[in-house]
Amino acid sequence: MSPNSIIWVGYFSKIALMKTSLDIASIRNDFPILNEVINGKQLVYFDNAATTQKPRLVLDALSGYYEHYNANIHRGIHHLAEKATAAFEQTRKRMQSFVNAEFSEEIIFTYGTTDGINLVASTYGRKFLKEGDEVIISTMEHHSNIVPWQMLCEEKGCILKVIPIDDNGDLLMDEYEKLLTERTKFVSVVHVSNSLGTINPIKEIIEKAHAVGAKVLIDGAQASSHFHIDVQDLGCDFYALSLHKIYGPTGLGILYGKKDLLNAMPPYRGGGEMIKEVTFEKTTYNELPYKFEAGTPNIADVVAAKYALDYVDTLGKSNIATYENGLLKYATEAVSEIEGLKIIGKAKNKVSVLSFVIDGIHHQDIGVLLDQQGIAVRTGHHCTQPLMNRFNITGTSRASFAVYNTTEEIDLLIKGLHKVKRMLG
Amino acid sequence: MTINEIQDELISDFELFDEWESKYEYIIDLAKQFPPLEEQYKTEENIIKGCQSRVWLNAYMESDLLKFEADSDAIIVRGLVSMLVKVLSGHTPEEIASADLYFMERIGLHQHLAQTRSNGLAAMLKQMKAYGIAYQAKSVNQ
Repeated sequence: MSPNSIIWVGYFSKIALMKTSLDIASIRNDFPILNEVINGKQLVYFDNAATTQKPRLVLDALSGYYEHYNANIHRGIHHLAEKATAAFEQTRKRMQSFVNAEFSEEIIFTYGTTDGINLVASTYGRKFLKEGDEVIISTMEHHSNIVPWQMLCEEKGCILKVIPIDDNGDLLMDEYEKLLTERTKFVSVVHVSNSLGTINPIKEIIEKAHAVGAKVLIDGAQASSHFHIDVQDLGCDFYALSLHKIYGPTGLGILYGKKDLLNAMPPYRGGGEMIKEVTFEKTTYNELPYKFEAGTPNIADVVAAKYALDYVDTLGKSNIATYENGLLKYATEAVSEIEGLKIIGKAKNKVSVLSFVIDGIHHQDIGVLLDQQGIAVRTGHHCTQPLMNRFNITGTSRASFAVYNTTEEIDLLIKGLHKVKRMLG
Repeated sequence: MTINEIQDELISDFELFDEWESKYEYIIDLAKQFPPLEEQYKTEENIIKGCQSRVWLNAYMESDLLKFEADSDAIIVRGLVSMLVKVLSGHTPEEIASADLYFMERIGLHQHLAQTRSNGLAAMLKQMKAYGIAYQAKSVNQ
């Protein structure tokens, strides 16, 4: 079924025709998975905040690597090893420009955002934080940006402080300022909330943290697919992201860190690649970035990730953001017509994440019955249980939009939600 | 009726439905007819936490038969829970411990049992069988 043949429901046709410089029908053709039929219906994929789908050129890059130049990288002297090493390091350069890092060795390949945060907590945190020091996170953090700091605080006797939020899902910046003292040694805050879509004023957060001498990590898992990231302009000390949320492969992320900090940090994992010289008496460690990349890395996915970044940059991040904002506006207006539906997360600055609850209906029932209609949303606490507690709910249903989604698909979601309400009413 | 006879009856009930909507409407009806678990049994001890929905399971012996009462905060899971209770409750611990449950797969609802983390259903089934084994051991020891 072609994208144009999706049933046009047209409840809200007055705002359906969004102006975009992107050819969405052609973009949809780049993603083979969008042709999948689920429970007899063409897939409507609204779970992009969990992971995005992959364009054909990323899939081709993956199989191309395995078919033509699979080899273990660095140190190999044969042709395949050289080619694989060059492709691997090319992605590092590409990633450097993607986040505008000053040096390519400031880009460390990780398993994902979670891995990057754990790396910093385990190395920088263990070496430089001591008893009585304070770490600040926020109420809207993903468990990945809570638990590593809790583990660190427990081990070192540090104190974890939490920036509160208002009912719209915006950080209370006045309260943040009150938390900052000379005891604050680290601030780790999410750039964009996965549950609410809130875009946080991280530049201001970073400046204020630096003013008291604290280092700052930004969890960029949800931000990096939606808008341009410039780590030098932001001034953050660390920035962690995942490639699978930027149309790239799973199991791969990067940690950006300022060179002098990365140099001062002890290694994370021991093994091959990260060493300079090993004797049973003493091991000396390799230089950046290899010091933090023990073992054979995820070569194929690193190689393919470059193509995902190329794809995003070819479409243009500002074009993507404009289009996704249009989808969010359309969906927000459309769901507001549904009786008993309440949007969770009404921040002024949001990415295309729409979290909601419906009176008297459990989010899991919404998810199961939408799935039967071929519509994939995420339901539950989204790994942000403290945030759900803040709103006094156990979970939400979350539709998150990517560049290949359409207003026609949003109409199907609205129709699907009406059916859910009818069935459970 | 034996466990398998009840399973077969459920399978034939569901054969009437060829559309997902009627199938799920039936599950929702089962949930609505299923007596709620009394609040006193909705304890931390009886809770089986899924990632998304919660399930409570209470077990007790009554004249050599192991009986179950259960509940969930999500209605579809509640309907599925009612089916598991219908199939397994009121049999001997031996029968429950050794039961082979095939009805969910035959009805086409096996994905709900496969979602181990999200709905607590698989954990509930495991717990029901564990009660069967525990009460079996208890009767042997007596």
